[in-house]
Amino acid sequence: MNSLAELSSNLLYIAFFFYFAATVFYILSVTGRQFRNKEGDVKKNRWGTWGYIATVIGVVFAFGYFFTRWAAGGHPPVSNMFEYTAFLAICFSLAFVVINGIYKSNVLGLFTIPVIMLIIAYASVFSTEIAPLVPSLQSNWLAIHVITVALAQGILAVSFGAGLVYLVRTLDLSGKKMTKRTFGIEFIMYTLLTGLAFVILTNVFEATNYEAQFTYVNEQGEDAEKTYNLPAIIGPNEGVLETEDRFSPIFYAPDWIISEDLNTVVWSFGSGFLLYWVIRLIGRNRRISAMLQPLLKGVKPQTVDELSYRAIAIGFPLFALGGLAFAMIYAQIAWTRFWGWDPKEVWALITFFFYAAYLHLRLSRNWIGERSAWLAVIGFAIIMFNLIFVNLVIAGLHSYA
Amino acid sequence: MKEKEIICECGHVNPYGTEVCGSCGKPLVKNDSNELLNMRYEGAARRSQTYNKSIIDKVWNFFSSVKVGITIIVVILIASALGTIFPQELFIPPGQDAATYYAEEHGWAGELYYTLGFHNLYGSWWYMLLITALGISILIASIDRFFPLYKALKNQRVTRHEKFMSRQRIFGRSTVSDQDETMNKAVSLLRKKRYKIFEENGNVLAEKARWARWGPYVNHIGLIIFLVGAMLRFFPGMYVDANMWVREGETVPVPGTSQDYYLENLQFDVELYDEDDERFQGAMQAAPGAEHIETFRTHSILYMPTDESTVGAGRELEAISEQEIEVNSPLYFDNYSVYQLDYKLNELSAMSFDVEDRETGESAGSFTVDLNNPEDYYTLDNGEEVYIYDYFANFIINDAGEPTTENNVPDNPAFIFEMTNEDGEEELTFIRIQRNFEIRDDEDDPHQYAFTFAGIDTNHVTGLKVRKDLTLPFLIAGGSIFLLGLLQGSYWPHRRVWLQRENDGEILIAAHTNKNWESIKKEIRSVTDQTELSEPVDQTDEEYEKEYKEKDNL
Ligand code: HEM
Repeated sequence: MNSLAELSSNLLYIAFFFYFAATVFYILSVTGRQFRNKEGDVKKNRWGTWGYIATVIGVVFAFGYFFTRWAAGGHPPVSNMFEYTAFLAICFSLAFVVINGIYKSNVLGLFTIPVIMLIIAYASVFSTEIAPLVPSLQSNWLAIHVITVALAQGILAVSFGAGLVYLVRTLDLSGKKMTKRTFGIEFIMYTLLTGLAFVILTNVFEATNYEAQFTYVNEQGEDAEKTYNLPAIIGPNEGVLETEDRFSPIFYAPDWIISEDLNTVVWSFGSGFLLYWVIRLIGRNRRISAMLQPLLKGVKPQTVDELSYRAIAIGFPLFALGGLAFAMIYAQIAWTRFWGWDPKEVWALITFFFYAAYLHLRLSRNWIGERSAWLAVIGFAIIMFNLIFVNLVIAGLHSYA
Repeated sequence: MKEKEIICECGHVNPYGTEVCGSCGKPLVKNDSNELLNMRYEGAARRSQTYNKSIIDKVWNFFSSVKVGITIIVVILIASALGTIFPQELFIPPGQDAATYYAEEHGWAGELYYTLGFHNLYGSWWYMLLITALGISILIASIDRFFPLYKALKNQRVTRHEKFMSRQRIFGRSTVSDQDETMNKAVSLLRKKRYKIFEENGNVLAEKARWARWGPYVNHIGLIIFLVGAMLRFFPGMYVDANMWVREGETVPVPGTSQDYYLENLQFDVELYDEDDERFQGAMQAAPGAEHIETFRTHSILYMPTDESTVGAGRELEAISEQEIEVNSPLYFDNYSVYQLDYKLNELSAMSFDVEDRETGESAGSFTVDLNNPEDYYTLDNGEEVYIYDYFANFIINDAGEPTTENNVPDNPAFIFEMTNEDGEEELTFIRIQRNFEIRDDEDDPHQYAFTFAGIDTNHVTGLKVRKDLTLPFLIAGGSIFLLGLLQGSYWPHRRVWLQRENDGEILIAAHTNKNWESIKKEIRSVTDQTELSEPVDQTDEEYEKEYKEKDNL
């Protein structure tokens, strides 16, 4: 790795640190006491301002990472899973900085910055090596298309943050009984914790160089080998553990399943579940959303609703420009056709249709407020699905795998 | 039957079905209620809300409903998602039979997928039908709303009916010491906020970005043009999509151009990344032995036949341009583009043979066969001729056990040569790479002329894609209009503030915006803060307003 590339990855660490600091400041700002000044007016504490400043500095360092990596590799760093995911998180933080410049919401910071950190951490699970570009990616349109899409998705992600704030603020979370709503909101919390668990697990086991070698019988019925980087709960088909002192599987997957991936999924959801209940029990068995709710007392629902809508109103045209128009121009030049029904393309179209439906639903008053907020959450889920599932599972021309 | 027009007390003549007078804003239905006015289309008469008798009315009303529109969008969304569960037919490996492929790869689910026709979802008639319904819905819904909205905004008067004011979402009543001064101050503040001011009898309408209201209609028009463009593909001749393989040194007619153009492949190159490139060391070491292709390109010459030459072989060609065709850098001419798509390195191009005369023990000579254009016969040094009795470019033995060729790509060339020996007998020799035998009448009687394989020549073949697409201008126009309309409608809000004097020294203030209410409230707050006007309330959230007036801690 050359020195510029090294500088670049250090800048990303520094950015991450500032995002972390911002999170701490935002927590203090929301939990901290308000005070009255000499005239007796209620004044907010200053932690929120510090949170915003830390975020801005984080964004500056993050762009430092982006441009130094660009210089080091000679191409815009948006061409593999690590690079794109990290850049999406950076755009998310940029969008937050811009939109929060208008609406000045500390609570929104509290809800979005940790998600941004989570996405960066998720990105770093993938290979961070700078790879040479295949011929079709060597085009200025690559940068133009992908950067616009990431910006748009970053802005759309802010609507998710605001939607989440709206839901936690307004839903009735006090009852013991589980309703569709309380289940939904807790499911969001659980999903975020699962993401966190996945990132922690992979990093911890990577730091300890955990490896367990298996011989197994693959789909073609041949003997093969594979390496697990997490303790195997689910082993490969007819797997035999070859490494000593390693956890031996409890179940064995059939041959058509990629068993190490399934194993990781099981680990993540399991640890997410554990994490969820640990937090819940610490909070005297209240729902996590119910624990957060008191912090949001001062939030005016209409304002977050509007913020969430506004992020979509700004992000949607940008998404249409980057994810469809620029994408088509690029595809016409690089792949000879502007549209080819590749899964990734289809999912960009689905994202577009989804937000179009959102905008039209909002024409009716019934859909403003809570329902809009749920839709903003679903929209973000679609974007994440496109990033994670479509890229890694439904292979297509765009697959970074 | 012509329906009655509605004449408002202000004298304005409104079409049948109008809910709010287009001029003064007096509510024409439910006029003793205090409910907020439905301002979405200014209460103007829309065809879909007014008539529901004939079939045409019903169809019109169906398609102009936003509910129906959203339903169509959601159905398309779900259908599109279903199409990505398994690969579409065009992505399955070439040569596979779809009927068996899905069942083999994906089990019963794959079979069901195939049976339901989802393997070719985006080209299916019902998907087309959905897209058509979307287009119709956009068109009708837009027409239904645009004209009434346009007329209402054009006819709007500054002075409004009191009921219109009080039934706006943002409304306030202030008692001020000096109406004139307050009005003037407010107007100058609003002007600074870039509102356009209209005055009538001392009343004020401050308006900004009315043009943004047309955004959705502009973007819908763009979408319709785009969809029409997409549908034009079904007309023959609108587009060409052809593959061409050209060997180095070869000149071939460009497919799809009716032999109006010819292309020569002068040279084909593949460039690999430097393995020592220090930028990529990490990635390259992670995949040892992998080839890292940087680019590939064809050095080409484009020709047109001269006017005099007739169609057929040996036309006279005139070079019109010489260009590198490279990935991401196609060759454009006329309405065509030629893309670098694929290649094949080291395809066999020629084979050489030595012939020995067994009688003399000396060489009878050598010859080289161009595998793509074999001659009928070759003359050896000793003056004898070798005839090609049969040539198989890509030799196989077919099901009937006969030698034949799979295609005319010389991947596995085989020959049967024929020579006449001194006794006047014809000798046949079969020869291909690593295989050589004489076809003899008598097993023990070898031919006079013995063939040996002497060498090969290879050649690179470039794979090009020829495209012509006459629908592109429609798509570009439609897409651009769509994006501009989107920008226009999304990034600017249409805002209006009405200030109206009452006789008793009061001033009424009302406001409407098509989006971002918190922002217009902020604007109004900054006006009321600096004047005697008191801040109007948002009538949709009065209780919240009280609770959060002081501590909007967002
Ligand atoms: C994918 C297709 C469509 C796209 C991308 C699209 C886009 C848009 C956008 C961006 C807006 C502005 C929304 C806002 O400012 O909040 C809008 C408004 C609107 N759309 Fe669509 N639309 C589509 C399909 C439809 C369909 C099928 C209908 C049929 C009912 C429809 C009816 C409307 C109406 C009535 C408005 C409001 C117009 C106004 O406010 O004056 N749209 N559309």
